[in-house]
Amino acid sequence: MRVLVAVKRVIDYNVKVRVKADQSGVELANVKMALNPFDEIAVEEAVRLKEAGVVTEVVVVSCGVTQSQEQLRTALALGADRAILVEMDAAQAETLQSLAVAKLLKAVCDKEQPGLVILGKQAIDDDANQTGQMLAALMGWPQATFASKVAIADGRANVTREIDGGLETLAIKLPAVVTTDLRLNEPRYATLPNIMKAKKKPLDVLKPAELGVDIGPRVTTLKVVEPAKRQAGVKVADVAELVAKLKNEAKVI
Amino acid sequence: MSILVIAEHDNAALKAATLNTIAAAAKIGGSIDVLVAGSHCAAAAQAAAALAGVAKVKLADAAHYADQTAENLAALVVANAGGYTHILAPATTFGKNLLPRVAALLDVAQISEICGVEAPDTFVRPIYAGNALATVKSADAVKVVTVRTTAFDAVGQGGAATVEAIAAGPDLGLTQLVGRELTKSARPELGAAKVIVSGGRGLASGENYHALLEPLADKLNAALGASRAAVDAGFVPNDYQVGQTGKVVAPQLYIAIGISGAIQHLAGMKDSKVIVAINKDPDAPIFQVADYGLVGDLFQLVPELTAAV
Repeated sequence: MRVLVAVKRVIDYNVKVRVKADQSGVELANVKMALNPFDEIAVEEAVRLKEAGVVTEVVVVSCGVTQSQEQLRTALALGADRAILVEMDAAQAETLQSLAVAKLLKAVCDKEQPGLVILGKQAIDDDANQTGQMLAALMGWPQATFASKVAIADGRANVTREIDGGLETLAIKLPAVVTTDLRLNEPRYATLPNIMKAKKKPLDVLKPAELGVDIGPRVTTLKVVEPAKRQAGVKVADVAELVAKLKNEAKVI
Repeated sequence: MSILVIAEHDNAALKAATLNTIAAAAKIGGSIDVLVAGSHCAAAAQAAAALAGVAKVKLADAAHYADQTAENLAALVVANAGGYTHILAPATTFGKNLLPRVAALLDVAQISEICGVEAPDTFVRPIYAGNALATVKSADAVKVVTVRTTAFDAVGQGGAATVEAIAAGPDLGLTQLVGRELTKSARPELGAAKVIVSGGRGLASGENYHALLEPLADKLNAALGASRAAVDAGFVPNDYQVGQTGKVVAPQLYIAIGISGAIQHLAGMKDSKVIVAINKDPDAPIFQVADYGLVGDLFQLVPELTAAV
């Protein structure tokens, strides 16, 4: 069985994002970029399934600018077998939205015929949390989102999901879409020999038009601003003063 | 405008998040219908009919909706989407799982986790874990939107909507629920609590977490929360987690105990009305957002606080 893993190039999670002065978006120039952390977990899960002998090939795919090849190489260094970049220019990438990505991934799925697609539950830039569910809808496949455990046997996957208030386990028919939550696994570090090997692994580049997908946006961003800053309050001397303030000043207890 | 709100419920009662979602719908304006799909869920439908501002409740009652799986529900929503300009659900794990599937089947965008309504087609939503706010305008005929529940005050009672039974769709048979392990608690839900007592790595162990925080939470009728560090250290299960990767909360009072205040935690609680921080490190970032900070040994201060409230 082949597994397809979708990954996104995003601002590194350690970087403090800055809103552009003209309110058109977030500053991307000269900012450290990285593999979306939830996608890294998706790659790790696919590689573990391969190591367990459940799957035979791990294909990573990304939709974005030419430099997304860096993130695909990272995924290859973590153990994926080959990569596909659906390449576009920076302007297209900046307005690329979940529905368009899902349609591009559907076109890739139609060619690659994976038995399972794993994606991060959300990208940490636009925090949409949509692409996996949308891909499942377009394919007519079952979905198991926010996974914290995946077990595959006999053409089915048993997936434990993080839901409000606890956990739930679903049995889904394959092919299917799984999206990863934080606790699914702890991704390994790429070793130097594996980084070198990854440079020789195949990486195909496609264009959205070759896949027959219109990637125009449905939603326009009018402005992006920083949220109002919360003012620091006061330090209190002891518990008695704290309780007095909560009762008399804040009136919350 | 004509809005369809997808109710979140457990077949017996509505979840509080549904009330916040109806409030967001009221802000958009127009008539509001509520879809209650479940199994033996008439009581939840009646509860929805009694909410202020609801015009009609559509009730789809069938065994294959009992577990609220996205595949069957999305097909039902799409089959009943005709005539609606907006489809809304709460941005809970229920709504986040369901609505993108609905949107893709309708071939429209989905707008995630709105925290403001500027116009019927224009919404404000957090991006980059709340470090920026985007105002976005939809060009689609149907706006499919999830709602950040803490940004809209729940609607009250006082409605008298009719409940109309609608035909169930087919069981697609793609997914089966094997089981659920829900945290059982007499406390208020984290997402809906007025007071939250939250603990971090400073508590040093799960035993300390329970021994120190539970009595305080009992006295304040508070929900219990935790930082990601406390969850990663195994003090409490993941569904206690407040933050970018956990739950976003905005209670009247948030008490952060032994929490340093990593950006990822602040993203989940900085909209709380009043924040109290108790930490031994006077330079901890949590004090930069706290209304009231208390520097000292939490093992001494928390029991004192419990005794004093």
